[in-house]
Amino acid sequence: MSYRSHADLGGRLGFGPIVNEPEDERFHAPWEPRVLAATLAMGAAGLWNIDISRATRETLPHYARLTYYEIWFEALLKLCAQRALVSDDELAAGHALQPPRALPRVLRAGEVGEVLARGAPTARAATTPARFAVGDAVRTYAGEVAHHTRLPGYVRGKRGVIERVHGAHVFADAHATGRGESPRWLYTVAFDARELWSGDAGATQVVSIDAWEPYLEPA
Amino acid sequence: MSGHDHDHEHSELSPMELRVRALETVLTEKGYVDPAALDALIDTYQTQVGPRNGARVVARAWVDPAYRAWLLSDGTAAIASLGYQGRQGEHIVALENTAQQHHMVVCTLCSCYPWPVLGLPPTWYKSAPYRSRAVRDPRGVLAEFGVGLPPETQIRVWDSTAEVRYLVLPMRPAGSEGLSEEQLAALVTRDSMIGTGVPKPVA
Repeated sequence: MSYRSHADLGGRLGFGPIVNEPEDERFHAPWEPRVLAATLAMGAAGLWNIDISRATRETLPHYARLTYYEIWFEALLKLCAQRALVSDDELAAGHALQPPRALPRVLRAGEVGEVLARGAPTARAATTPARFAVGDAVRTYAGEVAHHTRLPGYVRGKRGVIERVHGAHVFADAHATGRGESPRWLYTVAFDARELWSGDAGATQVVSIDAWEPYLEPA
Repeated sequence: MSGHDHDHEHSELSPMELRVRALETVLTEKGYVDPAALDALIDTYQTQVGPRNGARVVARAWVDPAYRAWLLSDGTAAIASLGYQGRQGEHIVALENTAQQHHMVVCTLCSCYPWPVLGLPPTWYKSAPYRSRAVRDPRGVLAEFGVGLPPETQIRVWDSTAEVRYLVLPMRPAGSEGLSEEQLAALVTRDSMIGTGVPKPVA
């Protein structure tokens, strides 16, 4: 099994300058808000979760060449096609040609405010004691991961310190791969930048990630 | 099905516009989406939810020490008390900038961002140049945003890799003692709440 994320960009070089934009700029083409809305509405249908969406986006082969809303659109198409919700011939025709599948839910206009306000909290009751406490030294998992994960490449195998304990949260790696919510303890782990970037980092930089317990071992 | 003359209507549209329209039409015709729900979602993020929400949180924290303490100890609850909550802000942690420590937020893996207080992320926040360099060369990134910090100030970068969302509480500008909460909120920029900027100076 091979899994390749094209979205793990932390620390990579050569992407050029950052282009700022005014804070009242929301979208850059009329189709972008339509993609946002279709993605959120279909996400609320109950056929996939946010971690499956992220996994679908980050494995798009042309990820690096697409704009962000293009990534969302291509991933939405793929999720719909995989579940036989939309076929290629329907997309080409621009109209429904096959009967619809029954969805668990359809987001109605009157529910939008309430559904957004509720969100999808990921905190869960812990079923095991936390393995680590604030101040503990830990080392992150160093190997390759053959599925969706939220442990970035640039921190793998690095030594850090537990800075915050967030309680148990839905474990993204399991949630993206059909293994249910599998809540695990979540921690903020802080790394001295010199541990991450061997020498070319300043002494006054600290970088943290949020890491689920299975990513960590005592150091 | 709509009675529009599609060939004519589509002649001016980009290939992307056509594909998105085709998908949306199929989703609607099959009853998977409610078109009015799509419009409500767009209206929410185009006109209602944006960085002015976060600016009001920051201004409140600047004028009210008890609120500031609550914001720093339970960001989610303190922010919800002002009416901002929900999607992509289910678990919010506020980070206080000081002369000794400057916080800056990134999502190297995708585009995680505290929507209820800042709205949708700007394009640069979702793009490779910022996501790649924020964790490796934050001082260089800050310089590109026009922010120069003393060398002894620690830069603390938060990579949002789970469902916790981070909001930076910037330092209150010098000389702002006499300003109202509303006037203070007007000084708070989106970038100052991501940590790639500082509030506007007092005019």
